[in-house]
Order: sequence, then structure tokens, then C-alpha cells
Amino acid sequence: MRAFAYERPTDLGAAVALLAEHGGDACLLAGGTDLIIRLRDGSMQPRVVVDLKWIAELDGEIREVDEHLAIGARTVMTDIAANERIRREYQALAEAASVVGSVQIRNRATLAGNICNASPAADTAPALLAYGARVIAVGPAGKRAIPIDEFFVRSGLTTLDRGELVTAIELPRPAGRHGSVHVRRTRRRGHDLASVTLACAVGEDGMTRLAYGSLGPRPILVRDETGLLADPAAPDLAKMQRLEALFVGASPSPRSMRASPDYRLAMLHVLGLRAVGTAIERLASGIVRR
Amino acid sequence: MTALRRIDLVVNGRARSIEVAVHHTLLDVLRDDLGLTGTKECCLVGECGACTVLVDDVSVDSCLMLAVEADRAAVTTVEGLAADDRLHPLQQAFLEAGAAQCGFCIPGQLISAQALLALNPHPTRAEVEEGLAGNLCRCAGYGQIIEAVLAAAEASTPAGEAG
Repeated sequence: MRAFAYERPTDLGAAVALLAEHGGDACLLAGGTDLIIRLRDGSMQPRVVVDLKWIAELDGEIREVDEHLAIGARTVMTDIAANERIRREYQALAEAASVVGSVQIRNRATLAGNICNASPAADTAPALLAYGARVIAVGPAGKRAIPIDEFFVRSGLTTLDRGELVTAIELPRPAGRHGSVHVRRTRRRGHDLASVTLACAVGEDGMTRLAYGSLGPRPILVRDETGLLADPAAPDLAKMQRLEALFVGASPSPRSMRASPDYRLAMLHVLGLRAVGTAIERLASGIVRR
Repeated sequence: MTALRRIDLVVNGRARSIEVAVHHTLLDVLRDDLGLTGTKECCLVGECGACTVLVDDVSVDSCLMLAVEADRAAVTTVEGLAADDRLHPLQQAFLEAGAAQCGFCIPGQLISAQALLALNPHPTRAEVEEGLAGNLCRCAGYGQIIEAVLAAAEASTPAGEAG
């Protein structure tokens, strides 16, 4: 691995100052499960690596803040998957976090890192889109909240400004009862990147939110406000036609080795229909009753 | 230019204070600086688990962690499992089940199994499979490895009963 300098700021102001000082020559280190690979293969060659894990204001806590559930920037996948509140009220996110990498990866990989890398295949992204999460960022101009649907641009690129870093991800309190689920398609059981990764939330108001990744440069959120998808009595054929209309923006890369575009598109529809069915069952069984 | 930094950590119960290159991984330092070659270097991308160690009792791929990130932590490698010249119960179970073929993945498998049983002393087969999903065995000796972990769990005191 190419040599670099290592900085370990202990407060947020110092981290922001380091980013301002070094600009594009600095990389942020949280869990490191993506960054260390890129440092080793040379695809990233920073002069300075800024370790965020000693910053007092950035923690690994999951706590309630003003009607939101705030997930600290250092929270790892293992803790998200195990959190009772997330398992009860944001089940798709708990399920997504539980399939990221392996135990070893989940013990280090952070939710904030997962979204900042902005991989189109990031498993947690669809759930965050389905729940309408907000990304809290701090930079030289202060603090701001970015709706998750305005955060992703393409692989490796987000709408974070230069010098900004993520301090938390906030999940709004669901407006009413809902059922939700995360599903994915991989080449093998266990540890693999998804060919399709999808989350679905069906609300008692009839709104269905579906978000999917690995089918284009960024994960995509779509909504069905007609009530058709949420209707337990509507025929599958009608739902499939609705899904086809909703998924028209999917554009899988022909260059990926994981699966062909045709296969991904076919599986997107199959998984979409299954996820809608599971979300309806969960809504009916009251698994997220508050 | 190689930046160095002194770190203090406990490795297999022994306090160490060492100067490390900041761009070296925990795996590099365990093997090359501390001579603990039980932890294996293999894929270097976090897929095979041969480099698995415990950091503060949590299993991690040591190839994906800088040594400076282990400052003030307690690290357990496969060399730390056996005590007083007696094999750890998991090592004994692996031996008895014939779980090691070429043996290269076994240190990582043992550490992952240790992490699993510490959290879940009596896992189901499915839970063992998930707990070890980050450890590949290219001899494909998974059957015996899983049997060994289940046997070690079986041999330990059942939850809730005094030993």
C-alpha cells in the first residue's frame, strides 16, 4: 500500500478543518471495508487519511431526536441489524444491514460509509429511500440535511459538497402503520454483491414506496399512490403491469459481470411483486404496530 | 516518506507498545512486526476471512483495518486460543472432526467460530453457516468445519445450567 499521512482528529471542527486544508488529497476513514481495498489497489491515492473514529461528536449510537431516529455516523451494520427499534419499525433496513458482506464486514462497515461510497448496489440504500431518510452533513458552511433521494448521483459520487462529512442518518417516524421488507438477488447464498437489491414499504394509507439498486448508476425510488399495489385483493397481473410502468427507469449496465441486463430487469419485477406481497402481509399482521 | 505512529494494544493477553507504519494493516503488523503468522494473508479484499482476528472481542478482517486503528484495543489471534499447552475446545473439536484439510483457512474459521459461540453458545446449523459465511475453505471442507463448531457448542455447558 502506498504511504500516506494519518490524522486522528478528536472533534468535528478539526475534521472539517483537515478536509478544508487538504481538499481532494484527503480521504475519510470510518469502517474502512471499502477504503482500505481502494488504498491497496491504488484506485485511491490520498496524501492524508482522516480517521473519524476518535471524534467525540460522531458516535455509533441509534437514538430518538425530534420525531426522528438518528443513526450516528459510526454505527456499524451489526448494530443496525440488531437494534430492536429498527427491527420493529424499519424492518427493511434491519434486513438490508444483516446481508451486507459477512459478519466480519458488518462488524466494521458503517451505514454512513455505505451511502457515501454511493455504490449502485449498496444494500442499505433502497431501504433508506423507501423510508424517506435524511442525511445530516457538516462542512465549512455549517450543518444541513439532505433528503436521501437527493444524495446519490452515481457510483462513488454524492451531492455532498467538498469539505462536507456525514454526521448522522435520520429516519422520520412513519406517518402511520406500514409493512416493509428488503429482498435481493445474489449469485450465491452468503457473501455476495446483489444483482438486484430492493426495498418496499406499504402504508395503511395505500401508498407503496419501492426502491431498487444495482440497476443503473444510482438507486431509484418510485411510488404507487393509486393504492393498486397496496390492495391485497388486486390480481397479480394488474400489479405486474403497474410495476412495469414504475420500473421504466431501470437501466442495468451491460458491462457488469454479475448478471445480464435482461436477467436483472426480469428479477427486478419478480422481486418487486414478491416484496409487495410480503409488505402487505406484514402490514396486516401488525408487525410494526406502535 | 513513511509516517510512523506508536500504538498501545494488548495482543493475546500481552500488552504491547509498538511503532507501526501508518499505512500498514493490522494483518501486516501481526505477521511481520509481531511474528504472529497464524493469521493468514490471502484475498486482501475482505472476502475469504483467512485473516480474521478479534478486536475487542469482535471479529474483523485484519486485512481491512489499519494497525493504527487497533490502538488501545485488545486483539486475539489464533495463537491466543490455546491456554497452558491445552488446545481450546474449538481446536480440539476441529481436530476430532477432521475439519482441517490443507489447514490454511482454519485460523480464521476458529476465530469466527469463537466469536459466534461467545454471542450464541448454542447456535443452530443455519446460524453456524451464517456465522462462518465470511470464511472460505477452498478445500470445500465446510461439512466437517460446521460439524466441529456444533460439536464444540454441544460439549459446552448448556445455557442456564451451572457448570
